[in-house]
Amino acid sequence: MNWNTILFLLVPYAVVPLAVVASAYRLLYRPYTVSSLSSQILESRKLFWGSISFHWGLVLVLTGHLVALLLPRSITLWNAAPIRLYLLEATGLALGLWALAGGAVLAWRRYSDARVRAVTRPADVIVLVLLVVSMVTGVLTATLYSFGSSWFTAVFTPYLWSLATLRPRPELVADLPWLVKLHAFNFFLLAATFPFTRLVHIVTLPLGYLYRPWQLVIWARRPSRDTGARR
Amino acid sequence: MNVRAHMSMMFHLDKCLGCHTCSVACKNLWTDPRGSEYMWWNNVETRPGTGYPTLWEDQEHFHGGWVRTRAGELKLRLHSRVKGLANLFYNPSLPVIDDYYEPFTFRYQDLFDAPAGTDQPTAIPISQITGEPIDIVSGPNWDDDLAGSAIYARNDPNLESVSAHVRAQLDEIERVVFTYVPRICNHCLNPACVAACPSGAIYKRAEDGVVLVNDTKCRGWRMCVAACPYKKVYNNWTTGKSEKCILCFPRLETGQAPGCAHSCVGRIRYVGVLLYDADKIPSAASVPTADLVHSQLSAILDPHDPKVVAAAEASGVDPGWVEAAGRSPVYRFVKEWGIALPLHPEYRTMAMMFYVPPLSPLMSTYEDGLASPDVHPAHTDFDLSADLDRARLPIEYLANLFSAGDVKPVRAALAKMMAVRAFKRRESVEGSVDEATLELLHKAGSSAREAEEMYRLTTLASFQERFVIPKYHRETQIEGHVDPLVHKGSAGRGYLQASER
Repeated sequence: MNWNTILFLLVPYAVVPLAVVASAYRLLYRPYTVSSLSSQILESRKLFWGSISFHWGLVLVLTGHLVALLLPRSITLWNAAPIRLYLLEATGLALGLWALAGGAVLAWRRYSDARVRAVTRPADVIVLVLLVVSMVTGVLTATLYSFGSSWFTAVFTPYLWSLATLRPRPELVADLPWLVKLHAFNFFLLAATFPFTRLVHIVTLPLGYLYRPWQLVIWARRPSRDTGARR
Repeated sequence: MNVRAHMSMMFHLDKCLGCHTCSVACKNLWTDPRGSEYMWWNNVETRPGTGYPTLWEDQEHFHGGWVRTRAGELKLRLHSRVKGLANLFYNPSLPVIDDYYEPFTFRYQDLFDAPAGTDQPTAIPISQITGEPIDIVSGPNWDDDLAGSAIYARNDPNLESVSAHVRAQLDEIERVVFTYVPRICNHCLNPACVAACPSGAIYKRAEDGVVLVNDTKCRGWRMCVAACPYKKVYNNWTTGKSEKCILCFPRLETGQAPGCAHSCVGRIRYVGVLLYDADKIPSAASVPTADLVHSQLSAILDPHDPKVVAAAEASGVDPGWVEAAGRSPVYRFVKEWGIALPLHPEYRTMAMMFYVPPLSPLMSTYEDGLASPDVHPAHTDFDLSADLDRARLPIEYLANLFSAGDVKPVRAALAKMMAVRAFKRRESVEGSVDEATLELLHKAGSSAREAEEMYRLTTLASFQERFVIPKYHRETQIEGHVDPLVHKGSAGRGYLQASER
């Protein structure tokens, strides 16, 4: 068993089930602790410059990764024409830089604002460091190893599917540059911290808001029609 | 008719002496854990003033409440459903801690630890957030009694539509005037906080109308804080959850008045049940601004009407509550006598806490002879009634607070209160009531009998008359899933699970 097997076979198989089980446990049995844990009330201006670009940048970049994983053919077909390849790569890089800029502002905010520092726990710092590593290695990969959108579907898509279908082939990623490996491995670290940190707020995206009634009225116990007898 | 009961409170502002006992009672009961020090579920504001949080009435800035579209429909001023989700990453209308104040304490240990010297040691103020020394620059009642001040009183948003010459009068040295407005959560019929919550964590209890946050469902998006036009939902910066006035429901459920009302030194607070027609809420909240007060009051039903009683029973309202609604002091002030009004009905949330507008500052104009020295005391009552517009606290100002700018309901309430005052003065000082005074009473829409009742409930009411709280039968509602005695010991405020911070 070599290092590659440990990092890209054992670790994901240890970490992903842990993330799923621990998150489910936390949502079901410790729901009170599940929150975005915003500190906007303590500091709002820097958060504006950090949070919006960080979140939207990451959401869009992650969507790109997800498309490459689930619909690899669509990416391959899109990249068939060079102009479209350049467009996709430039967009991805720009979004990555946008997210990174936001992350930098957030890190600076956590460091420089006394009020925010007062509510910062070690877990917040760990998450932030992991996310910055993720964004930096991602942006560097996009810059140094062109063109990611092309080779991702040839390397990572089959690798991740091999993990998902329980026929793991870690050797697929064995020959990648260390920077790319760090980027991938860092994702598993993020998954490991997911249920134990504020990252868990990702699964609370309140889509129900789009269709629920505006007003919520709750009866302690819906009384029956013959309430006269209740007294 | 879908009848529901509502536990409402009424504030008789004419009796408020601005002592903040209510605020302190509430603070001691509910909001002293870390993260909630800055919250004042009950606060008392000096008016004219900017209030707490500063300028909370400026909805152009905070985007609270509802607005009526051209088509006559209601929409949240804060966001649409899609925009609500898009703003999850940054809440653009959220007040920050400086809009309230940075909570502070004092480093008392210094008093003991200071080395011996020639000076008295002092306890310097420190922030309760960072623990660092701070300069205190504001507090929950920072503008207390600062009438006429250039930074507080003059910036009151309710003065914006008041004409320039009336505002100038307010600034005259001898006319400087203020009144107090105590505020708690209004437990609205059409609450904007409930509508704005992406997680659906805030709800209104059907039995008594109390609006509560389910902390287990709350994910800390803080939309409720921005959407509440009264800024009465707060974000706990330790737990990340939203917290608000719970109308002391653990006290109500055990037959006690809320802490603020119970402790009120001036006995300005009355607590009782109002019956309302829940089917009328959407239409009542979306009428043109001028009709808002009337439409809200018409959704409140007469508990003596047999049709209402029958409908209440059919809708599942506890008969004990219907009976209590018939004895409700709030109903008498709000509907029978029509002298109590909701705070800022133009926010269209249908606030269910009511206010009797203050009379004293108006009367003192004449009685102290400050602004009108040539009026003979014998004519004062009649003179003032006929000339309410010369009142020291401008009637337009009160109308901006309590009737969406419409002076008619405020004028009617004040005229009636003044007539009652004249009536009782003749009766108790002169021993008889002359025709002219009865005529004054009649013109104000009242009668000798009503005046006597108003006088009694205003000045002499006992504890039981001021707080008419029916049995909740909470034990029968919960016994299916928890032992009522165990529940009694665990109801109220506390943390079942530790927060992350």
